[in-house]
Amino acid sequence: MGDLTRLTAADLGALIASGEASAVEVTQAHLDRIGKVDESIHAYLHVDTEGALTAAAAVDSARKIGSPLGPLAGVPLALKDVLTQEGIPTTCGSKILEGWRPPYDSTVVRKLRAAGVVILGKANMDEFAMGSSTENSAYGPTRNPWDLDRIPGGSSGGSSAAVAAFTAPLAIGTDTGGSIRQPAAVCGIVGAKPTYGGVSRYGLVAFSSSLDQAGPFARTVLDAALLHEAIAGHDPLDSTSIDAAVPPVVAAARQADVRGMRIGVVRELSGEGYQSGVETRFAEAVELLNSLGAEVVEVSCPNFDYAMAAYYLIAPSEASSNLARFDAMRYGLRVGDDGTAGVEEVMSRTRAAGFGPEVKRRIILGTYALSAGYYDAYYGSAQKVRTLISRDFDAAFAQVDVLVSPTAPTTAFPIGDKVDDPLAMYLQDLCTIPSNLAGNCAMSVPVGLAPEDGLPVGLQIMAPAMADDRLYRVGAALETALRERTGQLLIEGAPPL
Amino acid sequence: MAITRDEVAHLARLARLDLDEAELAQMAGQLDAILGAVARVSEVASDDVPPTSHAVPLTNVLREDVVAPCLTPEQALSGAPAAQDGRFRVPRILGEEP
Amino acid sequence: MTALVPYEQALEAYEPVIGLEVHVELGTNSKMFCGCPTEFGAEPNTQVCPTCLGLPGSLPVANKKAIESIIRLGLALNCSIAPWCRFARKNYFYPDMPKDFQISQYDEPICVEGYLDVEVEGKTYRIGIERVHLEEDTGKSLHVGGATGRIHGASHSLVDYNRAGIPLVEVVTKPVPGTGALAPEVAKAYVTELRDICKTLGISDVKMEQGSLRCDANVSIAPRGATEWGTRSETKNVNSLRSVERAVRHEISRQAGVLDAGGRVVQETRHFQEDSGTTVSGRSKETAEDYRYFPEPDLVPLAPSADWIEELRAALPELPTARRRRLQGDWDLTDLDMEALINAGALDSVEETVAAGASAEAARKWWLGEIARRANEDGVEVSALPITPADVAAVVALVDAGSLNDKLARQVIEGVLAGEGTPEQVVASRGLAVVSDTGALGTAVDAAIAANEGIAEKIRGGKVQAVGALVGAVMKETRGQADAATVKALILEKLGVSE
Ligand SMILES: [Mg+2]
Ligand SMILES: [Zn+2]
Repeated sequence: MGDLTRLTAADLGALIASGEASAVEVTQAHLDRIGKVDESIHAYLHVDTEGALTAAAAVDSARKIGSPLGPLAGVPLALKDVLTQEGIPTTCGSKILEGWRPPYDSTVVRKLRAAGVVILGKANMDEFAMGSSTENSAYGPTRNPWDLDRIPGGSSGGSSAAVAAFTAPLAIGTDTGGSIRQPAAVCGIVGAKPTYGGVSRYGLVAFSSSLDQAGPFARTVLDAALLHEAIAGHDPLDSTSIDAAVPPVVAAARQADVRGMRIGVVRELSGEGYQSGVETRFAEAVELLNSLGAEVVEVSCPNFDYAMAAYYLIAPSEASSNLARFDAMRYGLRVGDDGTAGVEEVMSRTRAAGFGPEVKRRIILGTYALSAGYYDAYYGSAQKVRTLISRDFDAAFAQVDVLVSPTAPTTAFPIGDKVDDPLAMYLQDLCTIPSNLAGNCAMSVPVGLAPEDGLPVGLQIMAPAMADDRLYRVGAALETALRERTGQLLIEGAPPL
Repeated sequence: MAITRDEVAHLARLARLDLDEAELAQMAGQLDAILGAVARVSEVASDDVPPTSHAVPLTNVLREDVVAPCLTPEQALSGAPAAQDGRFRVPRILGEEP
Repeated sequence: MTALVPYEQALEAYEPVIGLEVHVELGTNSKMFCGCPTEFGAEPNTQVCPTCLGLPGSLPVANKKAIESIIRLGLALNCSIAPWCRFARKNYFYPDMPKDFQISQYDEPICVEGYLDVEVEGKTYRIGIERVHLEEDTGKSLHVGGATGRIHGASHSLVDYNRAGIPLVEVVTKPVPGTGALAPEVAKAYVTELRDICKTLGISDVKMEQGSLRCDANVSIAPRGATEWGTRSETKNVNSLRSVERAVRHEISRQAGVLDAGGRVVQETRHFQEDSGTTVSGRSKETAEDYRYFPEPDLVPLAPSADWIEELRAALPELPTARRRRLQGDWDLTDLDMEALINAGALDSVEETVAAGASAEAARKWWLGEIARRANEDGVEVSALPITPADVAAVVALVDAGSLNDKLARQVIEGVLAGEGTPEQVVASRGLAVVSDTGALGTAVDAAIAANEGIAEKIRGGKVQAVGALVGAVMKETRGQADAATVKALILEKLGVSE
């Protein structure tokens, strides 16, 4: 049967359902590979060997007694360490939560369990999802399987690296400003941010509540769609969850046909600051879509120029409030409780010791933006920009079915390159942020390697809220065409570890 | 308008972050640079533009007044840095409730 | 510390302005944003879940019943209901606040611009309601290691989050000027009225002693004739109706003392001390806390439809004011009689006594008289005494039937209050019954006439008013169990005199 870790999730699911491979076998193959290569990648913060094998065995037993298995039953997955899983350490990449084992499952985890998905462990991330490189993890950086000296993207860098390193066929990430799409792009895999409200946030440790959304990583568009479908849907525990049918993403991925679609290229998401190889591969992919029967037009979204500024006010503001609860009282780290120190001192010392520099920076920034006297100029104005960006999207989607752009302006940069320059780091999210602000859905699909550095380039597809199926239709069409051209998925050409 | 060290110290106090002098100074500089970059939101945020606080067009999402299962006290206290008599033990409270 | 100025003297020089903030815990089955129960007195941390414990990843979902309750209260307080509003986060760190922010409402409360009319000494005061909003309660801390269980001097605290997340309605009045010397009474009347409305609506058990109704009283004073109001203090922990009155009274005297001594009133939080009836200084509010309010992103806006609001309005019960007006008419009482009844807290009791068959007049007489006197002596509400409206109705029935006179009836009530059983049981066990047997009475009358021949002669001679002495003698003989009017008639008859 060959190496089980090289197969797609769809194929693994089929093998397990038919009994040609057992879930335990599949799980063990991935655990073995983690043992072999994760030391050099550091995608995982915690590997739940026992729990994974138990879950896999349960799938095998279910099959034996003839219970119907879903398409992902027995398929292994890496879970970003920002989602709670009962009894399993959840750190959010932060020292402040070291050792915390949540007493409850997130809705995403509950749905994964129901689908029979085997959770291998918790994936590394930038602390509290703040970052674009996973260098902000308190537990050390994750490395890009294409080049171990480079970043795997972030904040879901552990998730993207696990999938790209073949230590998991699937992973869950979260995307607040691009944290699924940018790591997918720089690791040469598929990543999708569902429509805000499409996937429950219950149990997702909040960074920026109005922007956060969990979504799938996979090596193929169909695999991503299968995972998307497994975790999406209305959840009464999340007030912002949309009570509507999940868009038909799997059918769309199988359809893989862009004939008759109108595709808009966003004029503002190109030019200065974009690596030339990124622009080259992007232009070729757009050309390919055109050749596949899509009508391609240029579209202008003038307010996208203000998206990053708005994002770096809204996200830190919400974060400053969301992260207040890490106060040493009910869970997590406590520093300085010597019996005489007052509660305020213990809180302040704990937070100073437990949070890393980027988290502190954003908490201070958010605290400032929400302060009396500054609120209107900063937070209030940012919320208005949000309206303008939504209007730009509305106008664009009146003309086209989807919008496209590069996912990130550059390929994976070397570890350490931007750690001292927060603003340079923030530019990584230039193209991805508008969809978060508007609550739309978007996806990154690999479209080739940049000629100058041989690293993966991603193309971003953006669609209106609850039109997630369009992402999968376009993404799958592109993937199929590129695969026909090269004979394999881009990630299959990554250097062996 | 540059952000001063004292302003950062005030923000740090509000945010319960015990920053040292070096951090305060570094943070002041970085905050200045970031605010310089993000302040441009005001260029387009005119009075006639309504703000958006939520990315979903939902209202009135309510639950029925029905009791659901709780955590056990053991689960509730499982992560507590310190507990005593079924309660969370916390350091002495010097300031009064706001 | 500056000396207090006697209240009357303070009022000669200064004019008070009051304002009240009342927090009411709603009596929903589950908490505001999660499904945990709200029962009072449970073992610590047994009514918590990820949401009300503020665990990472948890999310709030608003309780529909709580929203309906506050809209109903807003309607009862003559407020406008916002067609669209949001919850907001109020950010501050405190150990009893699980998320270190409180979900509350800021510049978009659900109910705004209402009023409540209260009557004090026959005059109506209209209290403007600025806003009524919904928020979540905090946990409760036990302070350990100090001498008194107070926060100061404690070595550490123990937190129970059972109360955290219970829906809390905050009702904020506008500043109320023009109450003069009656400021304390108006404050008390307002809180009483608000409490009765909440009770009538069935939205809260409004037990001040359990903290389900909590009041902060804002007081400022300014020299009479001044065009600007003074600086206000905000007194917390005013946890009984009587305390509302005492706290306002004390603050007026205290602030007058400060101003008379040439000082200035500090804007601050003060704490009411139940034992001494005084207030002590808390935190200064001169440097305003920066709560960094912003719209709660985890909760979508609230947009109650006009239909929903009208449906709730149509289903409102009869409110206390309307009920009082109706009862006053039914019972044919003067305004002052009615106010006395209300002040004695005897309205429900009288209504139930009337419902049990007594006349309004008799019911009012007993509840306001004998029973109110006892309640006053014991420092409790009449409803807390061990006598029921049915008991009082039974006493009234016995009087109406001529089996008891007023004096005996008082003894029966005394017996019921002493736990001796129902009125009938007290009558039997104490042997209390009017002697109406004219044969037995006749013997007593004859004896009295014989023993007081001089007086009898005067009566026969036309000095009818002297009959009182003979009546007294007969009553004494029968140990009060005769009906005085009957005795008098019998004496006059025997003496052959007509009145
Ligand atoms: Mg409040
Ligand atoms: Zn709860």
